[in-house]
Amino acid sequence: MSMWRIARLVAAKDLRIERRSRVVANQVLPFAALVMVMFAFALSSDAVLRRVAPGLVWLATLFSLLVIVQRMFAIETADGALDALQVAGVRPGGVFLGKAMALAAQLAALELLLLGLAVVLYQTELVAGGLVLLVTTFVTATIGLAFVGTLYGGLAAGAKGRETLLPLLMLPVVAPVLIGATRATEAALGTEGATPSDGWPWIGLLALFAALFGAGGTLAFGSLIDE
Amino acid sequence: MLAGCAPLAFPSGMKPDDHPAASAATAPATERAAAPMPTQATAPAGAPVVHLVEVVAVLGSFPALAGASLTVQRGEIVLLRGPNGAGKTSLLRLCAGLLAVERGEATVLGCDLAVDRQAVRNRVGLLGHANGLYADLTVGDNVRFWGATVGATAAEVQASLQRMGLADRLADVPVARLSAGQRRRTALACLVARRAELWLLDEPHAGLDAAGRDELDSTLRAAAAAGATVMVASHELERAGALASRVVEVVGGQVRERSA
Repeated sequence: MSMWRIARLVAAKDLRIERRSRVVANQVLPFAALVMVMFAFALSSDAVLRRVAPGLVWLATLFSLLVIVQRMFAIETADGALDALQVAGVRPGGVFLGKAMALAAQLAALELLLLGLAVVLYQTELVAGGLVLLVTTFVTATIGLAFVGTLYGGLAAGAKGRETLLPLLMLPVVAPVLIGATRATEAALGTEGATPSDGWPWIGLLALFAALFGAGGTLAFGSLIDE
Repeated sequence: MLAGCAPLAFPSGMKPDDHPAASAATAPATERAAAPMPTQATAPAGAPVVHLVEVVAVLGSFPALAGASLTVQRGEIVLLRGPNGAGKTSLLRLCAGLLAVERGEATVLGCDLAVDRQAVRNRVGLLGHANGLYADLTVGDNVRFWGATVGATAAEVQASLQRMGLADRLADVPVARLSAGQRRRTALACLVARRAELWLLDEPHAGLDAAGRDELDSTLRAAAAAGATVMVASHELERAGALASRVVEVVGGQVRERSA
């Protein structure tokens, strides 16, 4: 069976699990919303909130990413399904891509919510001229985060203390995405006089990051989950 | 043909439901228990499913198998017995292509494990203490997913569910709500849907009540009658011994033949 067929199969399975359990919808999305509200409490000045809103959106995304990735691999390890996938001879690159696709879909829903909350809570204004950059930023950053989340989730899945190990391993690695996505989002929203042209170089960084981790993860995932 | 595998004389046209014992597996548990025991004679002669000669395998620096030799023919149910740490689980994992062959000759389903361990993996089914199921998905979802990994059709998935007595109301029940025995049956249905030719079961009776054990035994007998080969590692010698067509003892990483 081809790697893409396996990827589609695994992605559909993961999304079906979410549709049945609604853990992301009922727990992670409210958690992300709560983080945005807490930021608003901590930084009570409207001017400060408007200025830092892009960074807060991406910070809340990273915190929620950790929770989703923990959940995604807890499903696989709870009854030995990850081992069973390995025993079944399913191509690990396909499993990696499938899980990354499902994670990206869930992250996209999360980011839409967070952007909406930034508009409502922080009075962030969306600028028509920056819309293409904004969409491109969210697409490339989401793909990069999905690849990193899946790769490090697989790496931590079999480790002792994986709940605490995952943030420790993953947060430093996603720092370039946090920086690049925040700067590109600031440019798209015109924060502090930034223009969309300021943001496109950051898209290059995000795309390179996604490509590197996508290729690396597809090749290395089998070794990571192998005993 | 998979890389590293030689053709194996296996009746590909033979389907589980072709065998008279199959109807017993789809029948209620009481009827299944009363079904006639398939005999070894129903399995046609051919190349051995498992052929190990003086196999040495290590786990880290620990010798898991120390010169194990074993031949298993198609349709056999072989009980592996022996004390903890004797190498029973390692033997099963080696046959599943999960443990590297350091020395010796190891051929499983026509695949030379020294050449390519990956090739055999999608033709065997290994069931350990965990069932490999997704608790949030229904029984049907699980069997469909595992069947789809080998391209099983909807009809094959349905046949697998029927074979394990899961095709009725249980098919739509989330695995999280099942009893231990029903989960085990679901896991076995996944092996059938994956068209596993060699079933490697590690303590399959653990956690099952008496009725669940009876169901498991009749399922394994029917599977063997339909052409699958079964290797069972168990400490429950009386029950597993009655099930097995052959008993082998694993001691210190070596295999000794015993009469059933």
